[in-house]
Amino acid sequence: MTMKTEPFVVNVGPQHPSTHGVFRLRLTLDGEKIIDADMVMGYLHRSMEKLAEERTYTQNIPFTDRTDYVAAMTGNLAYVMAVEKLMEIQVPERALWLRTMMSELQRFASHSMAVGIFANDCGAWQTPVMHMFRDREKILDLFEMACGARLTLNYMRIGGVSKDIPPEFLPQLRRLTKDLPKRLAEYEDLLLDNEIIVARSRGVGVLTAAEAISHSVSGPMLRASGVAWDIRKADPYAAFDKVDFDIAVGTNGDAYDRFAVRIAEMQQSIRILEQAADMIPSGPVHARIGTATVQPWGQAVAPLALRPPAGEAYARIESPRGELGFYIVSDGGPAPFRFHIRSPSFINLTPLRLMTVGVTVADAIVILGSVDIVVGEVDR
Amino acid sequence: MTAVLTGLDIAHRIGQKFPGAVIAAAPEAAVIDAQRLIETCTYLRDDRELQFGFLSSLTAVDRLTYFEVVYHLESIRLNRITVIKAQTHDRADPAVPSVVPVWPGALLQEREAYDLMGIRFEGHPDLRRIFLWEGFAGYPLRKDFLNLPGGLMPGLERFPGEPGKELSGRG
Repeated sequence: MTMKTEPFVVNVGPQHPSTHGVFRLRLTLDGEKIIDADMVMGYLHRSMEKLAEERTYTQNIPFTDRTDYVAAMTGNLAYVMAVEKLMEIQVPERALWLRTMMSELQRFASHSMAVGIFANDCGAWQTPVMHMFRDREKILDLFEMACGARLTLNYMRIGGVSKDIPPEFLPQLRRLTKDLPKRLAEYEDLLLDNEIIVARSRGVGVLTAAEAISHSVSGPMLRASGVAWDIRKADPYAAFDKVDFDIAVGTNGDAYDRFAVRIAEMQQSIRILEQAADMIPSGPVHARIGTATVQPWGQAVAPLALRPPAGEAYARIESPRGELGFYIVSDGGPAPFRFHIRSPSFINLTPLRLMTVGVTVADAIVILGSVDIVVGEVDR
Repeated sequence: MTAVLTGLDIAHRIGQKFPGAVIAAAPEAAVIDAQRLIETCTYLRDDRELQFGFLSSLTAVDRLTYFEVVYHLESIRLNRITVIKAQTHDRADPAVPSVVPVWPGALLQEREAYDLMGIRFEGHPDLRRIFLWEGFAGYPLRKDFLNLPGGLMPGLERFPGEPGKELSGRG
C-alpha cells in the first residue's frame, strides 16, 4: 500500500548556506520525497553581456573576473583567448606558460574550495573548509605577488599577461608544490574514505555518461560520469600540449565520484605546476599589437584602443567548473557587437531536476553541492 | 587537437542529405532553414560520420534586421566542432523550433535566449523567463531595448578622445 501526503513546497534559498550564493531551489515534496524541483535564479544577474557591448575590449577584462569569482584567472583567460582568435594575435611563449601556471594554481584553489564546501554540505560543518582555505591562502599569496590582487585578479591581457612574475615567485611556487602533496594526502585520508561522506554521497545524484553528454554537462561532472573529456587534452591551449598529466575519470557518475575527481585533479594540477616551474622560458610576456605602447621600463602593454576586424570567434577552455566559452561578435567597432559567456556553472545545472526528483531534501543538498556552482557565473 | 568542420564543409554534407535546407554558408557557420532545423540537427547528432552529440553553446544575436540563433556543436567521440545558425526575420515575434528534443542541454540555454533576446523556441517544454521576472517589459539584449532619443542605440562608436560625433552610440 502506498500512502500519499499533500504536496508540500519547500524553498531552499535564496539565502541559504547550501545554495552557495543567492540561488533558490523550489522543491515540491510528497512526504520526504522530492516530486518536482524548480530552479529560480537571477538574483545575481548583472547583465554583463549587455554592459560589455558598451565598453571596449580591454575594459571588459575585469567583468570576466566577476562572473566566476572563485576562478577569476580562467575567466580572464577564456575571454582574452576569444579576442586573440578574432584578431589573430600570436602570444609569446613565456606568457603561454604563465597562463598555464596561473590556471592550474586557480584550479587547485577553486577545487579546494569545492571539496571543502562539499564536505560542508555532507555535514562536516566548516572544519574541512578551514583546512582547505589554509592552502588556498598560499595560492592567493602567489596571485598577489604576480598581480597585486587576490580575488578579482584582472591578470590576463589581450596578447599576453599584464606583467611578468617577480623573481621570488618561482622559488615560492616550488616550495608550495613540495608542500601540497603532503597536505593533499592528509585530505585524502580524512575525506575520501570518510564513512559519513561515503554514506551521504555514494550512489546519490547518478548521471550516466549518455545523460551527461546529452545535457551538455562538462568539467569534473562529465568526467565523473566516465567520459574522459578534458579540453586541456582534447584541444590544448596555452602550454598544455607540452606538459604531462592524466585525465581524472570516475566510474559511477554519482556525487562521490565528482568529489573524488576533483581531488584527483588537484594532484594533476600539482604535477603540471612542477613541470611548468621547470620549463618556463624567459622572454617577453606580451605580444606587440598594432599601436602597443612600450613602458619606459621596456614592457609592452596592451593597447587600449583595439578594433578587431568584423567577424566572430568562440574560444573555450577547461575552467575548474567545465567548458568555459566566450562567443564574441565584432562589427569592426571599438566594443563587442555581441558578447556571450557559455558558463559551465549555468549549463551544469540543466540535469538538476533529473537528479533530484525521487530523492530526499538532504540528498538534494548533496547533489547541488557536487555540481559546484558559482552563482556569479550562473546569473552573470 | 580538435578538428574544426567549417561552415562550408557542414553545409555541403547537410545539402547532400537535405537539399535546400542550407540557406547560406560561410567559413564560420552554415545557416539552416528554421523549418528544417529539427531534422537537420537530428541528422547531425545521429550520423555516424558526424556524431555531434554535445550542444556546447546556444545563443542568440540581434543582427539589427534579423535575429540569429547560434549553435556550437561538439563531437566528443570524434573530437570535432562545428557551428550552425538559424535565422528569424520577424522582429515582432521571432520564433525558431526548439532543439530540446534533440539535445536536452538546450533546456536552460533556450530559456536564457528567450528571456534576454525574446526568441520564442517553439516546442520548448518550459519556456519561461529565467533571470528576469515574469512581467519584465522588453528583452534587454535586443539592440533597440531602451533606445536613446534620436534613434541612438547602445554601443560604442569611437574611443574617447577620437574625432567623431559628440554623442556616442551606433546611430
